[in-house]
Amino acid sequence: MMAPGAENRSREAAVETVTGYNFGYLDENTKRMIRRALLKAVAIPGHQVPFGSREMPLPYGWGTGGIQVTASIIGPGDRLKVIDQGADDTTNAVSIRRFFARVAGVGTTERTADATIVQTRHRIPETPLREGQVLVYQVPMPEPLFRLEPRVAETKRLHALADYSLMHVKLYEDIARTGHIATSYNYPVMVNGRYLMSPSPIPAFDNPKMHRMAALQLFGAGREKRIYAVPPYTEVRSLDFEDHPFVPIRADAACELCGSRESYLDEVVTDDRGGRMFVCSDTDYCTTRQGTQGSAREAAE
Amino acid sequence: MYVAVKGGERAIEAAHAWLAEARRGDPALPELSVAQVEEQLGLAVDRVMAEGACHDRGLAALAIKQARGDLIEAAFLLRAYRTTLPRFGASLPLETGAMRIRRRISATYKDLPGGQVLGPTFDYTHRLLDFALAAEGEAPAPAPEAPAEAATMPRVTGILAQEGLMQPEPPGDAEPPDLTRQPLSFPADRPLRLQALARGDEGFLLALGYSTQRGYGNAHPFVGEIRMGEVAVEIVPPELGFPIAIGEITVTECQMVNQFAGSKTEPAQFTRGYGLVFGHGERKAMAMALVDRSLRARELGEEAEAPAQSEEFVLYHCDNVEATGFVEHLKLPHYVDFQSELEKIRQLRATALREAAE
Repeated sequence: MMAPGAENRSREAAVETVTGYNFGYLDENTKRMIRRALLKAVAIPGHQVPFGSREMPLPYGWGTGGIQVTASIIGPGDRLKVIDQGADDTTNAVSIRRFFARVAGVGTTERTADATIVQTRHRIPETPLREGQVLVYQVPMPEPLFRLEPRVAETKRLHALADYSLMHVKLYEDIARTGHIATSYNYPVMVNGRYLMSPSPIPAFDNPKMHRMAALQLFGAGREKRIYAVPPYTEVRSLDFEDHPFVPIRADAACELCGSRESYLDEVVTDDRGGRMFVCSDTDYCTTRQGTQGSAREAAE
Repeated sequence: MYVAVKGGERAIEAAHAWLAEARRGDPALPELSVAQVEEQLGLAVDRVMAEGACHDRGLAALAIKQARGDLIEAAFLLRAYRTTLPRFGASLPLETGAMRIRRRISATYKDLPGGQVLGPTFDYTHRLLDFALAAEGEAPAPAPEAPAEAATMPRVTGILAQEGLMQPEPPGDAEPPDLTRQPLSFPADRPLRLQALARGDEGFLLALGYSTQRGYGNAHPFVGEIRMGEVAVEIVPPELGFPIAIGEITVTECQMVNQFAGSKTEPAQFTRGYGLVFGHGERKAMAMALVDRSLRARELGEEAEAPAQSEEFVLYHCDNVEATGFVEHLKLPHYVDFQSELEKIRQLRATALREAAE
């Protein structure tokens, strides 16, 4: 039994591979340079490693860091999934998936479970990732302290000293003023008890998924020319206080399409009189659940 | 039922088709050729080569045509092409003193060896729209030509240096850094700073240079010299061991002369602000020279409080391909983060209202 939309899920298989470019677009020396940075990043979880980011044929801000990381680790046997806002069919996800289909000729998928590499912007899939999978994050600002200290030379010093008092004070002031920590996405995490790290602008709801994740997590910031990583099963803690523990939040509703009360929801405005509905942000998760429910119904009938 | 406002492949393809149609404009009009852009929009070509960091007039003209005249988009196209090219090595420093001059002016001397050469400049045009150009008439009559000056044109800063008044630059044989291969790191040395400025956005450098003139950085600049013309590019192939010329490029060089009060170890003298860009890019070369000098504040023991004196501020923000990417990426979907903000704002408001009620 095919899930609804299964025909759509393979529609991009027909994309033609372009000639005249190396496999994965980047030349092999560049890939080697990026892999070295990745190895260093994996060896020092959460530490930002500068790398010679290249000018890509997609604009900075569209995921050039993630694309370079993916291009450096992808092989002909890989199966790539690309999501933006949790969805496979958002324009930029379509565009990046197509880019790799063209320059690497690799198989693509929309199923989290089938992918060997998942490149993402702003979400972690709801389906838990397993060992052997790689999650590649697109990162706009790798420096978790940049709103508090914009000077890169200074933040480097603070990381070296593990001096994260600026961030603790900021969170404390939030609580003192409003009763809550006012950060809802790009919520800072402490990696392996040593480095403060930006999880990229994922909703704080996704932060707990990073903790001891079985998959390798790689982060690429193209414009800022930094790479960092969280190896499998590494401790990743969202900053909080004993009396104000970290609480992930989501809209208090069920998905209109699959009924999930666990997944992260998009709020969709349906009219100009306050009408709202909520649907899963993770389209693969939602479609799979709808498919299972459909087959269960059919079986019951 | 809710229809997903999600783009998908067909929308992208349709958008590209529409873009191509809009680029062409009215098909009843003759199509603009790349050669026309190269010849008749030469200063746009120069700017795109400078900010695209790739000296190729034909490709820059093509990029301008493809980008519908959006010069930052054109610079981006050229950069994305450039990054796929192999890197052979560094040329020898250009000998701009041996430039075949088309324009050379000095604001510090009334007359000097080689004289003042105005060249093809807008400087003394009256900015009156020339409606004759709209009529697409004949080519203009050729400009009158004087016999070429046999004398060389020494650089003004060299004249000052003879008297010991100009601070000499330290000589260096080291291969220059390449910020397209190595990420910026700070403190950045001067060759790296100049490299970043040479690729930097003309508008950004113009505004920063201007700010130094208005008190944000305390500049006292004189235009020692601006020169524009052709210089030979030389490399030393390892198998030969001596320099050979591989071609000639047009560049604009600006040397600003700035007072320096001196220190305990150095007597008062003039210091240099240096600007060099591909093609005829005088505004950019001048702005670059102002910003180069202001970035030297720290090494010269001057106060460094103004934006134009901050290495990080200037070098991280002068690249218009990076800047436009990050500013424009805000139009990509952000609704997942926005949703978390919505929930957070609702939570904060609920807490505040509850407390107010108590």
